[in-house]
Amino acid sequence: MSQRRTFADQSFSLVFGGLTLLGLLILVGPVFIVLITSFTTSASLKFPPPELSLRWYQALFDTTRSAHIHRAAGNSLWVAGMATLGASILAVLAALAIGRSRRPAARALEASFLSPLILPSLAYGLATLMFFSLLGLRPSLTHLIGGHLVVIAPFVFRTTLATVTQLEPALLESSASLGAGRFMTFRRITLPLIAPGIFAGAFLAFVASMDNVPVSLFLSSARTDMLPIRMWGMMESTLDVRVAAVSGVLILAIMVLMFLMDRLTGLTRRMSL
Amino acid sequence: MRAAAVDWRLAAPLGIVYLALFAAPLLLLLGISLHVDQDLQQWGLDNWTKFWGDAFYRGVVWDTLRLGVAAVLATSLFAWPLAVFFCNASPRTQKILIFIILLPLLTSVVIRTFAWIVILAREGLVNQVVLSLGLSATPLRLLQTETGLILALMQIEMPLMLLPLISVMRGLDPNLLDASRALGAGMWRGFFRVILPLSLPGWIAGATLVFASACTAFISQSVIGGARLVYLPSLIWQQAMVVYDWPFAAVCSVTLLLTVLAGIMMLNWLGRYARTD
Repeated sequence: MSQRRTFADQSFSLVFGGLTLLGLLILVGPVFIVLITSFTTSASLKFPPPELSLRWYQALFDTTRSAHIHRAAGNSLWVAGMATLGASILAVLAALAIGRSRRPAARALEASFLSPLILPSLAYGLATLMFFSLLGLRPSLTHLIGGHLVVIAPFVFRTTLATVTQLEPALLESSASLGAGRFMTFRRITLPLIAPGIFAGAFLAFVASMDNVPVSLFLSSARTDMLPIRMWGMMESTLDVRVAAVSGVLILAIMVLMFLMDRLTGLTRRMSL
Repeated sequence: MRAAAVDWRLAAPLGIVYLALFAAPLLLLLGISLHVDQDLQQWGLDNWTKFWGDAFYRGVVWDTLRLGVAAVLATSLFAWPLAVFFCNASPRTQKILIFIILLPLLTSVVIRTFAWIVILAREGLVNQVVLSLGLSATPLRLLQTETGLILALMQIEMPLMLLPLISVMRGLDPNLLDASRALGAGMWRGFFRVILPLSLPGWIAGATLVFASACTAFISQSVIGGARLVYLPSLIWQQAMVVYDWPFAAVCSVTLLLTVLAGIMMLNWLGRYARTD
C-alpha cells in the first residue's frame, strides 16, 4: 500500500520528532551535567568546567572536613533501611489482606493505603513535627523512621498488590488440597511468586526515603541531620561544589542499583505496566 | 464466583500504623489550625480569617495553583510525543527509554534541582550558549524567575507524567490509528481524534501526580525560585520553623492540602466528563 506523505503529515513528524528529541535531552541532560560538573577544578559551577579533576571528591571523602556530610549520609541510610524494612513487612501483609478481594471494603482500604502518595507530604511533615512535639518527645531518628515509613509504604503496597492480584487461585488451592498448611503454602508458593513485586517496591521505597525532603525537613535536627536536607543547606548558603560530588556518588549508586534491580525483578517492565 | 473477603488480621498492622502516625498527626494539624494563640489554649477561626482576609496570602495560594497548572502543561507538551515515540519503538529501544525515564525519577530531587542551578546560573549552560550565539549581550537572569522554575519543574516532574501515559497508550489497539488513516485522516487528526482522547485516563493519572508534586516542591521552589517567589510550601516552612507560629503554619498546611485536593478533584471531574463525551 502506498502512503502519500502530505505536507500535514510531514509537519506532524517534524513537530513530534523535534519534541521527542528535546524531551529526551531534557530528561537525561541535567543528570549528566551534574556528573560532569562534579569533576571540575573550579570553585564555581561554571559549565562546561575549565578543567577536570577529582578535587571535590577528595574534599568529600575527607573525614574531618566533610564529617557532617558523612553523618547525614549515615543517618539517611539507617532511616531508609529501617523504614523500608518496616514498610515492606506491613505493606506486604496489607497487600495479601486485600489482594484477592473485590469488595468495596478492599477498594476503600486500597485507596487509603495509597493516599500518602497524593496528599502533599509537606503538610504531613509539619503534622508529624507538631504530633511528636506535643507528645513531649525530643527529635530522634526513630521519629524519622516512623514518618518515612508512612510515606514510603505505598510504594511496596502498590507493586506487591499488583503481583498478588495476578496470583493463580488454582495454585493455592492445589497446594492446600495436597495437604500444605496456610503457612507452608505462603512460604513455598505465594512468597516466591510475589517476591519480585516486593523487591521492586522495596527498592523504590528505599530510594524514596533516601530522597525524602518534606518529612525530614521538619523532623531532622542538628543531631539527626539527613542527607537531602544537608545538601539543601549547602546549596542555599554558599554554593558548595561538594554538592556536585555528593550528587555524582548518588547518581552512580542509583545507576548500579537500577541495573541490579532490573536483573533481579524486571524493574523496567514493572514500572511501565 | 464468590469474591474473597478482606483478611482484616493482615490489614490491621498497617492500618493501625496509619491511624497512629498518619491520620492522628493530620487531625492534630487541623485542630491546631483552629486555635487562636500560639500556646494552643483558645479555639477560634482567627488564623483562618487572617489568612484568607489578606490579599498577599490569597496571592500565594493563587501562585501555587498556577505553578502546578504550568508544570502540568509543560510536561504534557513533551510527554505525548515521547509516549507516541515509545509505543512505536522496538522492544530494545523501549528498554533504553524506560531507563532514560527512570534515571531522573530515581535521582534525588535535590540533585535535579542542583542540576538546574548549573544550567540556569549566570555562568551556566544556557547563558554560555546565548552569549556565544550573540542572542544577548549580557547574561540572562533565569534563576529566581518563574520561567526558570517552570523549566526545572518540567524536567523534575516529567517521568511522573510519562509513566502512566505510556502504560495506558501501550494498551491501545494499534489498529485504531491504522483504521483512522485508512479512512483518510492525517497524522494530526489521528492524534487529536484517536490517540489523545483514548490516552486521557493516563494523562489524568500523570497530571494528578505532576500537579501535586509541583505544588509541594519545596526545595525546587526555594532554591530556583529564590526568596522573591513565595509559594505555600515556603510559607509553611517559614511560619513553622522561623516565625514559630504553629496555628498559622497549620492554616497554611491545611490550605495546601485543600488546594492540592481541589486540583485532583478537578482533574478527576475532567476525566469523567471526557469519558461521557
